[in-house]
Amino acid sequence: MNAGHADFRADGSTANAGAKRGAQVNRLSGGLVNSAKVMNFTFDGKAFQGYEGDTLASALLANGVRLMGRSFKYHRPRGPLTAGSEEPNALVELRSGGRQEPNTRATVAELYEGMEANSQNRWPSLERDFMSINDRFSNFLTAGFYYKTFMWPAAFWEKVYEPIIRKAAGLGRLSMEDDPDAYDKGFLHCDLLIIGAGPAGLAAALTAGRVGAQVILAEEDFLLGGRLNAESFGLGDISGAAWIAQVCDELAALPNVRVMPRTTVVGAYDHGVYSAVERVADHVLAPEVGKPRQILWRIYSKRALLSAGATERPIAFENNDRPGIMLAGAMRAYVNRWAVTPAQTVAVFTNNDDGHRTAADLIAKGVKVTAVVDTRADAPKVEGVELFAGAQVIDTKGRLGLTSVRLRLASGITRDIPCGALAVSGGWNPNVHLTCHQRGRPAWREDIAAFVPAGELPPGMSVIGAANGDFSTAAALRTGAKGAVAALSDLGIAATVAELPQAEDAPVNLQAFWYVKEGKGRAWLDLQNDVTVKDVKLAHQENFRSVEHLKRYTTLGMATDQGKTSNMGGLAVMAELVGKQIPEVGTTMFRPPYTPVAMGTLAGRSVGEEFRPTRKTPSHKWAEEQGATFVEVGMWLRTQWFPRKGETHWRQSVDREVLQIRKSVGICDVTTLGKIDVQGPDAAEFLNHIYANAFGKLAVGKVRYGLMLREDGIAYDDGTAARLAEDHFVVTTTTANAVLVYRNMEFARQCLWPDLDVQVISTTEAWAQFAVAGPNARKLLQKIVDPEFDLSNEAFPFMGCGEVTVCGGLRARLFRISFSGELAFEIAVPTRYGDGLIRALMQAGEEFDVVPYGTEALGVMRIEKGHAAGNELNGTTSALNLGMARMVSKKKDCIGNTSSARAGMNQDDALMLVGLKPVNSTDPVAAGSHLMNAIGVVSAEADQGYITSAAYSPVLGCSIGLGLLKNGGNRKGEILRAVNPLEGREVEVEVVSAHFVDPEGERLRA
Amino acid sequence: MHSLKAITPLGGTCPQIDHFDGLLISENSDRALASIAARQGREAECSAAVQSILGLKLPQPAKWSIGGAYMAWWMGPDLWMVDADHTDHELLAVNVKRAVGSVGSVAEQTDGWCRFDVSGARVLDVFERLCNLNLRAGEAGDAHRASIEHLGCFVLCLEAGAKYAVIGPRSSAGALHHALLTTAQSVI
Repeated sequence: MNAGHADFRADGSTANAGAKRGAQVNRLSGGLVNSAKVMNFTFDGKAFQGYEGDTLASALLANGVRLMGRSFKYHRPRGPLTAGSEEPNALVELRSGGRQEPNTRATVAELYEGMEANSQNRWPSLERDFMSINDRFSNFLTAGFYYKTFMWPAAFWEKVYEPIIRKAAGLGRLSMEDDPDAYDKGFLHCDLLIIGAGPAGLAAALTAGRVGAQVILAEEDFLLGGRLNAESFGLGDISGAAWIAQVCDELAALPNVRVMPRTTVVGAYDHGVYSAVERVADHVLAPEVGKPRQILWRIYSKRALLSAGATERPIAFENNDRPGIMLAGAMRAYVNRWAVTPAQTVAVFTNNDDGHRTAADLIAKGVKVTAVVDTRADAPKVEGVELFAGAQVIDTKGRLGLTSVRLRLASGITRDIPCGALAVSGGWNPNVHLTCHQRGRPAWREDIAAFVPAGELPPGMSVIGAANGDFSTAAALRTGAKGAVAALSDLGIAATVAELPQAEDAPVNLQAFWYVKEGKGRAWLDLQNDVTVKDVKLAHQENFRSVEHLKRYTTLGMATDQGKTSNMGGLAVMAELVGKQIPEVGTTMFRPPYTPVAMGTLAGRSVGEEFRPTRKTPSHKWAEEQGATFVEVGMWLRTQWFPRKGETHWRQSVDREVLQIRKSVGICDVTTLGKIDVQGPDAAEFLNHIYANAFGKLAVGKVRYGLMLREDGIAYDDGTAARLAEDHFVVTTTTANAVLVYRNMEFARQCLWPDLDVQVISTTEAWAQFAVAGPNARKLLQKIVDPEFDLSNEAFPFMGCGEVTVCGGLRARLFRISFSGELAFEIAVPTRYGDGLIRALMQAGEEFDVVPYGTEALGVMRIEKGHAAGNELNGTTSALNLGMARMVSKKKDCIGNTSSARAGMNQDDALMLVGLKPVNSTDPVAAGSHLMNAIGVVSAEADQGYITSAAYSPVLGCSIGLGLLKNGGNRKGEILRAVNPLEGREVEVEVVSAHFVDPEGERLRA
Repeated sequence: MHSLKAITPLGGTCPQIDHFDGLLISENSDRALASIAARQGREAECSAAVQSILGLKLPQPAKWSIGGAYMAWWMGPDLWMVDADHTDHELLAVNVKRAVGSVGSVAEQTDGWCRFDVSGARVLDVFERLCNLNLRAGEAGDAHRASIEHLGCFVLCLEAGAKYAVIGPRSSAGALHHALLTTAQSVI
């Protein structure tokens, strides 16, 4: 027996070890750390040293620190339970400022020089946490506490209860600063994706790599080898580490194998697609400039082998959450891989042989093992340590860290055993998570008392090694190699099982044991969410017996670890309570991601201004030179207005632009409007179906305004179609709907009228198009369009179009159409010449004091002219509402015409588009205001319609608006109230024609 | 000769070139483009006309082909994009239409697109961060449609593992170029 004595400080750390390898009092010899490379780091502001190859957890343990966090609800002191990504307890805030990341698992945080870590969910300090007072009120804070307590008074919920709960909830905190790091995304393809590089994964990779298959080997750890790194046994006649090194060298020499350490496969999706997060720079202080911190990979695999290993499970007993109590396999990993013992004296509590392996390794490393407590009466003996067969740990002591455990021996007596750490093993659970991402359900295997992959796995996936319940190293190697051969065989790639080294092949010897029934205190199942055996019993008592209900009621299995160490315990307790077997109780559904993924990683490069691509007009560069203001419209950056020197308000610029256009001439880049090229012998008939109005008889060289309806008869887009030839039209759409209209046309062509011989293709970006509007538009254009083309009213009348040349021979298209109500043209040239054309137009227009104008002036002028736009085509209006009922041709079939005829859309008091003018010309007309009769209550029932668009008209010298008014066609001259209850405004308005300027259209036909 | 000066999709007077260690990104603004869509029931005639008059055999799905001064890639069922040197073939659409007559619909596409030629030893490493195409398994002559930075693009394999053309919407040339540069910087 090697039981010893230890002195413990208040924080639970040991003080007796003296200086070993610097201040690392719990550092042992050997391991896979590089003791020649010291890493300095801080935890809660205190300086420590570790070694290259350490994790934060191993380095802290080496320094005698077991207390690393506080629990979620009760603020109980906690230390690491595991040595991997399944860690529920040792969650810290890493880094500071914009890089601060909460809830980072110390067990997988690779130590780097200068690491800054802080504990979380405590105040004012980890050792003295004020909120640990919650622990005193644990009887009131059981499962369902929130649901029962905050029911009433109802008014308190939003203002009182929720803010308090939100403040108290959560573990770590965000710094609220922008993350300065870059993230990336990528796409990979392979024949075989191997998930996990333990012995099974490595054997599979060797087998597949040697025959030339395209292989990706993804491993979440920074070392390949999996459990081999944590064990003391060798393979063949060499150590595990030496065998891993040999395999790594061979794989590195194979160009067809891509080895990806620090890469966690987090999701399994359809068609063999997997998502994986590669932590490129989490192991350094900061990424190199321009380099990503993490990459989210989408992996397209033909076949996948899951070799994710297994997770050890704890046994629940009273006060089983003290720092120093950890899983036996994890403790073996700390001892063998990181050369660290969590304390100088250790006890072991197990229900299987694996716990004995931990005791043996600890003893071999010189750690004092005070007891092996085995629930099995026939437990095998362990050399050099006292065995308590048929015994249980029934309680523990130690305020901030374990100091002793109390045993109930097989004889019935109790005994206290001093120890600074307790290694617990309740058996191992295969990591089946990814097999369930597409609703696969695992099956129970009684011999290992665990669920294994079963049923319908994601297509193309097979499972090897411990993930499939084959726990010995020999079995892992064997199934790995055979799994690769089988997977490749499916792909027609012949492979043979690689020669494998001799390895341990111990059988699983386990007696299922989930929790200690003795004791009135709390026995913890889910350490992250503070869920106890009692909570599960309470859930059962209150009839939350389905596992899904159990999870939600108690929070068992939620948060960052997703219950990797707790789910089985909860299921076992519930199974016992309902008198069923565990597999009858079932499992909750595993969903991606397997481990937490940072939001930045999901966003990748799509952040800030690069959130989505922008589209720039051909005149963008020129407009920037003029100091233009831009606005985003359907991803386009359109010019809003062009401020001039001395103008301090946008209205000054816009009013000036409008007045000058109406007086002389202005130019606007209208390239953003969609342009769809429609060709073919049936092009006209096709457009007859697409538009509500007729296009069959449109003459070549003419343009017609058109309205498009949805299938339900609601108007959704408008624009023009120009007939360039008998079999050739150019359709224009609104900027925002360009893609939608094109998509609808393609659908109509392929699916609705496949017999029509028509071809459509977008040419929006191929042509730079400018509107030239105003009384002097023709004079200006005559200086640009080559002289052989006659632009007179007779030769090129309103709604004419044609191909011309400009500036000495450049091909161009000219359309005489007007959105402003003025004499206007739109001229289009190949986009590369758009910049040149705007400069030429502006130069040519100098003698007319030409102005460039943006979308605001465009908007003012179209309201003055009564043209409907997006505000009126708002997804609720029909052609009738817009005053275009007669455009819906009854002589032909078109999308939406049948629905347009529905009675509900043709009521006598239907909304109609009208113009609105303030009775008092100084009153503003506000879009969104509702129209009420001049006298009467203001209410939804009395609503007469609403104002869709409004602007200040510099021509009329007052605000004007367009609106939809019940029976609006018959109410001209009526005085209404435009009410805005939200802002408490009410303005008297007169119903007028929507055509405020040039109602007869004389200007545009001039 | 007209008096208007052309600018490149990136807004310069000459194409932009960006060098990285093992990667060259070259804006290529000297390509003329025209789409051909075969008319219904005239597909064979359309292909034959292009072959006999332009000397170009229209390619199969997901491929590009070359013939004389012309190149073409497949864009969809009975739909191709014809490409030629812009300096010599600025009126490409007119000439193609002349070749196919009433058996095909032709639209000028020259300035609807921007093109970046990406080449060098690191080209595949960069593309695997840009799009989901399996370019490592591809060969010269492949022509694929792919979403790059949310933009619908064509990716032509000019030389397997060494040189590719990315053809994207011209108005988003800046955004596409930014994505190429950012990715290159991220990888190299």
